[in-house]
Parts: sequence; structure tokens; C-alpha cells
Amino acid sequence: MRLEARAEVSRTLQVAAPFAAIVFTLVVCSLLVAWAGVPVGSAYLLLLEGGFGSGFALSETFTRATPLILTGLAVAVAFRAKLYNIGAEGQLYVGALAAVAVGGAGLPLPPALLFPLMAAAAMAAGALLLLGPALLKTRFHVDEVVTTLLLNFIALLFVSMLLDGPMKDPAALGWPQSVAIPAELELPRLAARSRVHSGLLIALSLAVLVWVVDRFTAFGFEMRAVGANARAAAFAGMPVQAIVVKTALLSGALAGLAGCIEVAGRAGYVTLDMSPGYGYSGIVIAMLAQLNPIAVVAAAIFVAGILVGADSMSRAIAVPTYIADVIVAASLIAMLVATMLARYRIHWR
Amino acid sequence: MESTVLTLSGITKRFGPLVANDAVSLDLARGEVLALLGENGAGKSTLVSILFGHYVADEGSITAFGAALPGGDPAAALAVGIGMVHQHFTLADNLTVLDNILIGTESLWQPFSRRRAAQARVREIAGRFGLAVNTRARVGELSVGERQRVEILKALYRGARILILDEPTAVLTPQESGDLFATLRELVTEGLSIIFISHKLDEVLAVSDRIAVLRNGRLVATRAARGTTKGELAELMVGRAVVMPTRARRAPGAAVVAVGAVHARDVRGHALLDGVDLTVAAGEIVAIAGVAGNGQQALAELLSGTLAPERGTVTLAGRAMSAQPRAWIAARVARIPEDRHAVGVVGDLAVWENAIAERLRTRAFTRAGFVRRAAGRMHAQEVVRRFDVRCSGIDVPARSLSGGNMQKLILGRALSVGAGATPAFIVADQPTWGLDIGAVAYVHQCLLDAAGAGAAVLLISEDLDEIFALADRIGVMYHGRLSPLRPAEGWTLAAIGLAMAGAEEAAHAA
Repeated sequence: MRLEARAEVSRTLQVAAPFAAIVFTLVVCSLLVAWAGVPVGSAYLLLLEGGFGSGFALSETFTRATPLILTGLAVAVAFRAKLYNIGAEGQLYVGALAAVAVGGAGLPLPPALLFPLMAAAAMAAGALLLLGPALLKTRFHVDEVVTTLLLNFIALLFVSMLLDGPMKDPAALGWPQSVAIPAELELPRLAARSRVHSGLLIALSLAVLVWVVDRFTAFGFEMRAVGANARAAAFAGMPVQAIVVKTALLSGALAGLAGCIEVAGRAGYVTLDMSPGYGYSGIVIAMLAQLNPIAVVAAAIFVAGILVGADSMSRAIAVPTYIADVIVAASLIAMLVATMLARYRIHWR
Repeated sequence: MESTVLTLSGITKRFGPLVANDAVSLDLARGEVLALLGENGAGKSTLVSILFGHYVADEGSITAFGAALPGGDPAAALAVGIGMVHQHFTLADNLTVLDNILIGTESLWQPFSRRRAAQARVREIAGRFGLAVNTRARVGELSVGERQRVEILKALYRGARILILDEPTAVLTPQESGDLFATLRELVTEGLSIIFISHKLDEVLAVSDRIAVLRNGRLVATRAARGTTKGELAELMVGRAVVMPTRARRAPGAAVVAVGAVHARDVRGHALLDGVDLTVAAGEIVAIAGVAGNGQQALAELLSGTLAPERGTVTLAGRAMSAQPRAWIAARVARIPEDRHAVGVVGDLAVWENAIAERLRTRAFTRAGFVRRAAGRMHAQEVVRRFDVRCSGIDVPARSLSGGNMQKLILGRALSVGAGATPAFIVADQPTWGLDIGAVAYVHQCLLDAAGAGAAVLLISEDLDEIFALADRIGVMYHGRLSPLRPAEGWTLAAIGLAMAGAEEAAHAA
């Protein structure tokens, strides 16, 4: 078996690749569903219904997709410049914490001022958490995969410490949870009797904004150039290290904002289980979207739909929710293979 | 025919609408050097890639040593004894020479590497064919010529009986090329057969027995080396007569670039430049010859703003220059780097983006943080048109350009220093490396025109024909030192060769 680069990559093939990958994933995962002893067809139907089949299902999916869009963008931005930020999870938590610290401090400011301040604090916290690894990378060539990954645990333990200490809500009956932000700082619901909130609109506009930055600004040009060939970028006079650091700040800020939006749109306070791995899922989503900011939205909705749908499916029939993780993981692998096959042709001997 | 070791018959390969090889039939005899001559894009590399199994031919068949060779299987090609030395070496820099030669030859199940026996065999092969190289050295520390020897050794170690060399002299000095040719003669007397890919007429005539000329994917002629001429080959290759540009004598103007007693070291602390003095005047072409790895690259980097000197002064038009590419670009310095792919362009970005990359942050191409796409694309169209960059559009990635067109793009970008302005200084590091005659003539003409328009030009080259064709003054680098610059008329080929080997140094020391 051999691979040969296609002379011309057809547009149709490139667009078809993700769908082929999803179909392939569902076929492969049906083996696991069948193993669980339930009819495959009805299981997938339940999953689909649970994720996308009703107004309520959609609202739940969009609620789940909101932080995923932001962490997906954070990762996509960084990966484009070949800054491998694995730390969106930690950045999300410190962002959430900073949001509560500012929003819940009882500052005598009108909400119209306080909300931007809270968001800015969250973005600054996320950005600062990634600044260290970025500086270590540019100054001393320290591998950012290691530093950002390990910082996740440090961030989480730091949050845990604060939730059991200075930031603990005395009214929480001993649960480790932070004080809450006032109700006027919470994001308004988009529909009655649903949890989907205006954070979704913020996430969507940021996706468009990131796309505009990437495609139309000189900074976006520089990020792409540095990511594709740092030596050539440096030769052409681009300040490579400064660009990497700025990219890190942007990426960290997006992940930090995800924490703020999650706090302001959902519970109003920080708990240690507020994120079921949104930061890590952001990596999967960015890869599924091939680092394209607009495609991140679609990928985030897809992943959120699978997660929500699997929850609902497992309540109805005896398939564990873990199937969602398997589907998401398998779809990532299938996606990577499918996009490669769009660019290469296989010769069987 | 009994002595025929390899037969290609009717090989056709298409890439989409492009026919890279069009019914090419060739045979190779035992003990023969066959040259494949042709311009870039003529289909030489495609043909040998098919032979070596990297590509599968759409039509045609290959017979090696009397048996059909299955297509698309490099392992099969290796097994029958076809060895290949690529133009871009396939060596791991962080491993030793011996490790590089052994890679892939030992079973992974074998618990220990049989290094002593391998070492002895490598020594034996090296000795037999005169391929002296230190097997314990790390490949990253070797010169280009030495790396090539390692590649050849690697092929021989694997039992190659047919050796394919893709543009092997593109990176060598005349002496090294001479050594290579001697090695090749040695190999054929031992019964090996060699396919030698080149577009340089002199060396093709010097080394080969037979010459096959490819043009636009077709085999246009096969000639015995004895009895043909450079002129005939050039016409066959290009399809028309080619006139190489020559320089006209000019009176140089005021000094533009002055380098004074510059010392520089690499990150490991090895001296790169050891007290280099140099001036280049307006309208003058100064050429620096030297064997690769003697500091010419450092000199080019110094004058491109990518290497900071440890000591010494670098001035441009009287002003001290910092090691900032942007400062050099702003001072109207056109920089043509040695490595087109790794340094010259960002392969994944579009042609138009590469065309404006150096001046992205100027008012011409960025306004309020946004790229002025229309202006940028217009500029790129202009570069593509003026410098004859052949591409299917300015939106294709730069990596899809051929070497010659990529070089034209870099040249065009570097020489377009702003509306109505001409470059003050051009530093061209191996600007015609691996280009075909047509592109070489084009690049030469560009440099001569620029010098004629008053630019100071520093040409760094390992091609002495190029140096003698263009230079007003010539210097030779050896171990980080630059010989005194002398007018081109004051040098002979032999004198330069000696200086490249360090004889000048010895003469000074004595």
C-alpha cells in the first residue's frame, strides 16, 4: 500500500471528507452499541433525537456548544501558529475564577460596566496563564505541550484551594463552591424554559471575529506565516517571538472567556466540576474543524450534540454515556484520515 | 543485449492534465554512465522517481537485470540493486555517518546492532571507491560534499548496482565535482551502472558515456558523449539557442556596503566569520567563492540582517546596521537566501502573500491593521508578470512552484523595493542553485541589470562559471576568513581552486 499526493485536490472531496468521516464513525461505533445489546438503529435515532430532535434538545446542545466554541477557537488560533496549547482547560478555570472574583466582589458599578470588566478579568487571567509557557517557549525553547498540559493540574488545584478557602461560599453548606455573581451580571436566556443563553451569541461573534483577524489582518497573516514556516517568516522581517506571544495571549484570552461565559450563563458560581473537559474537547473540535474558526462552530455543535444526545439515549436504553466519548474520539481519527485521503490517493500495490 | 541492466519502455506519467513523462524508452548498459539532461520540469526527476518506485507509471514497464520491476515499490527497487542519491539529501542530521548508513538495513528483531562488522564494511567500500569520510562524525557537522559521499556510501552499502544521482554537482565545488567524477569512473570500472541527472552541459560531457535529452517529458535525443558538443546539447535541451548574458565593464561608484573586522560565532561557539573585511561599491558585483561551510552563509546572513556579529562593524551607505531583517529591507536591501524552500518562501502561503511578506507592515500593504489585499494582489501580479513567474495563479501555494519559478518570485519580491525605487544593495546567496539554463540566464540578467542601475551586488556562489561570468571583483572564503578581493581578471580557475582549499591561507602564514 502506498500513498501518492493528488495533483489537484478537488473541492467536492474536501467538503465530503468530514461527512464521510462521520458516517464511518457511526458505522464503527454501531459495533459497540450492538455489543451493549440494543438495536443499533433505535439507539442512533435516540441519540439523534436527544441531541438535535426537539427544541429542548437543540437548546441543550447549544448550551453545551457555547464554551466548546470558545475553547475550540482558543486551540485553533494557537495551533495555527504552531503553538500547541493543551492548557485551555486550566485557562477556562482561572478565567471563571477571575470572573467571579471581579463580578462577585460587590463593586459599586452599573452592570453595563461591570460585565465587560468581569469578562476582561477572565480573559486576562486565561492569557496570563498561557503567557508563561509562551515565554518559556520563545526564550528557552521549552516544549509548550508539556508546560501547558501540566499547568492544567496546577490551575485546577489552585481553584480547588480557593474554593475551599478564601473564595468559598459560606452559604453553600460546606460544598466547595465559590461565591456567586449577582443576578444582574448573568447572561439573559435566549428562550423561555431553556438554558441556552446569550453567551452563544458572544461565542458566534467571536468565531467570526477570529476568522476576520485570521484572514484579513496583518497579524493573522503573520500568525499563519509563523505557523507554516517560522524561519522564512523571520527572514521576511516578521518578529516571530512577539507574534507567538501575542498569539498565546489571544488563545488564552478566548479560553479564559469561556470560563466567564460559563459562569455568567449557567450556575453563576465556580465549582470544581463546572467543566467536563471543555478545554480538552476544544482540541478535538479545533482538529475536527481543521483549525478553521468558522468550522469550529460546526464542530462544536456536532460534539455538543453527540454528548447531549448520548446522555438522553442512555437514560432511555442501556447504552452507557461513554459511547459519546468514543464517538467523538473516533470521529476525530476518522476525520484526520478522511482529510488525508482527500489530499492523497491510495494505491493498493 | 546481454550487457543491458535496465530497460525502461514506453513510460508515461500524467499529473492531471500535465504529461510529465511521455512514452520514454531508455536502456542502461553495465559499466555505463548515462546522463539524463533536461531543464527543470522536463521530467527527469519524475522518470527516476518512477524507476525508484516513488511514483507508479500510468503506462510502460521497467525491466531490471532481466526481470520485470514491480512499479511503486522502493523496497523492490532497492532489492534488485537500484540506489538513489537525492538532490535533497535524506540523512538524519543528529545521527552519525555510520548510523545513517545502517538505518533500515538491520532487522528490528536483532537485539544488537552489528556495528563493528558494519564499520569494517563501510571502511572497505569507502576505501575501494575513494570516498573518504569519518564514519563517527555526526551528519549535521559535515559539509554538503561530505554528506553526498555518505549518500553514495549508503547506496553502495545496500548493494546498489545501478546508482541514480539527481543533480549531484549542484552543491559541489569544481574540485569536489572532479572528485565525484573520479569516483563515478571508479564505480563503473567495478561494473556499476550510473544514471546521472543534470542540466549542466560541461559536466555531462565530462562524465557520461551517453546522454539522453528530455524536453517537456519527451525523450528528444540520445547522443554519445564523444562526438557531441555543448551547443548541440543546449539546443536539444531548451529547444532553441540560448545566449548567456555577460557583464559589461563599468566604473564602480562609491562604497555602499562596508564590513570591518567582523567576527561571528554560531550558537555552539564555533567561529563562523573570523575577521572579515569587505566593501561593495555601487554598480559593482563582488563575488565570494568557497567550499560550502566556510563562512559564506554566515556572511550572507550577516548582510541579510539575520546574524549579529560578535565584533566588528557593518555599515550600509555609511550607517551602522543592526541584525534586524526589517531594517535591512527598509534600507532597500534585496536579499536572496540560499535555501529557497526553508527560508525564501512560506510554502503554505499563497504566491501573492509571499510576494508582499517582506513589506507586509508598510503602508503599501497594511492599513489600520488590515492587509490591503487588493494592493497586495496587484503588486503580486506585477511581480509575477515582470519576473516571468510561471504559476497557475497568484492564489496557489508557493510550494507548488518549480524551483526556478520560486526563485523568480523571491527575486521579484526582493528587487521590488518600493514604488519607483531601485535596490541599494543585493545580497544573493547561491541564486542559481539547481536552476535550469533558461532560469540561470534570467537571474544573471537581473543581477547585471541591477548593478547597471547602480546597485551594489554581493554574489555568493559555488559555481565558478557563474562567478567569472558576473563578477567585477572576487574573493574566496576559507575557514571563516575572506581572502583579499581582487579584480576578476587577476584570478585563474586554478588559483581560486587553491584558495578554496586553503592554500591562500598557507601562503599568508608562510
